[in-house]
Amino acid sequence: MKANYGYKDGSGEYYITIETELCNGCAKCVEACPENVLEVVENEMDPLAEDLVARVSDEHRKKIKYSCAPCKPTMGPIELPCVQICEPSAITHSW
Amino acid sequence: MANSESKEYWRWTESRWTNPDLDWKNGDIISAGVDVGSVSTQSVVMVDGEIFCYANMRTGSDSPDSANNSMNWALDGTGLPLDKIEYAVGTGYGRVNVPFAKRALTEIACHARGANFMYGPSIRTVLDMGGQDCKAIRCDNRGKVTAFLMNDKCAAGTGRGMEVFADLLQIHINDVGQMSLVDEEPEPVSSTCVVFAKSEAVALLRKGWTKETVLAAYCGAMAHRVVTLLERLGVENDFAITGGIAKNIGVVSRIEEELKITAPEPSIDPQLAGAIGGALFGKALVEKAKKKA
Repeated sequence: MKANYGYKDGSGEYYITIETELCNGCAKCVEACPENVLEVVENEMDPLAEDLVARVSDEHRKKIKYSCAPCKPTMGPIELPCVQICEPSAITHSW
Repeated sequence: MANSESKEYWRWTESRWTNPDLDWKNGDIISAGVDVGSVSTQSVVMVDGEIFCYANMRTGSDSPDSANNSMNWALDGTGLPLDKIEYAVGTGYGRVNVPFAKRALTEIACHARGANFMYGPSIRTVLDMGGQDCKAIRCDNRGKVTAFLMNDKCAAGTGRGMEVFADLLQIHINDVGQMSLVDEEPEPVSSTCVVFAKSEAVALLRKGWTKETVLAAYCGAMAHRVVTLLERLGVENDFAITGGIAKNIGVVSRIEEELKITAPEPSIDPQLAGAIGGALFGKALVEKAKKKA
């Protein structure tokens, strides 16, 4: 499942997308994120499954633009720490 | 001030229903779903996966009270006591505040499952237009979510916005959709933010626009906003709309027009989708626990 967390406003689109089919629940992204945006929980979109997946915590969904600002590219493209550390490449973003 | 009797134009009809063909005493699994939304609360009780009774009412200021009230109303006159419900699931905005629920599930999963039940397994895209937010969901033939997108930040273009407009124009919320179907479609209002759109509407009225045209402009703006949400996720046939706005022909027809697809007519109240999904998950969770034991 592609879980899109975030919003779109007048200044752009701010979404972090987690492909739960790929996510293995290793929680390395949770530690890699300097702003503690991510957390690993039970897959809430599939109540019958018991696997753990990463998601953006409730607290940050309404302010991803600001929470993720420290990892935005300023001089050319850089890879986000969460994207970089994710072995199964489950995390993508909209900017 | 003698004539200033206030009318509540936004007040939509609350409802309840009992299935006359079902007897709960003959059922194996009695499950329930309670969808405590920001504007409305629904309780659905299911006997072996068939709807036994439901209630749909306005959410009060207190989530546990709203959940209790709607469940009591649903069970009213059925003879089914609350403690005979084997598994109750809470969902929606106030899901953690349902006192009798064994588990709280996100409304995204519940709406997909509910739409699958209401419209059939061919549904692939669900648009839930609720009281204070709007979600685009993709699902498979079992109603399992395969992708979703919502706008976490803004409540523009939702049921509450429509209530504000009904009140402003003094038109009953049930008539808003039909009235907005004008011959010549106006430019949509430029902002879907409820506050800005309202002041824009006041200006348009002053300019001499009719109520019908102003409604058309607002319904058009609302439809356009959710279409951009859907387009980002990708729309696959069949397509269904759930939530209160699904009853608003003015918004639904404009969404269909923009996407060039048609949404099926709901056979059951589309506001119930979340609670139906919750009750179905309740049944599935009971079955899963039994299989394990």
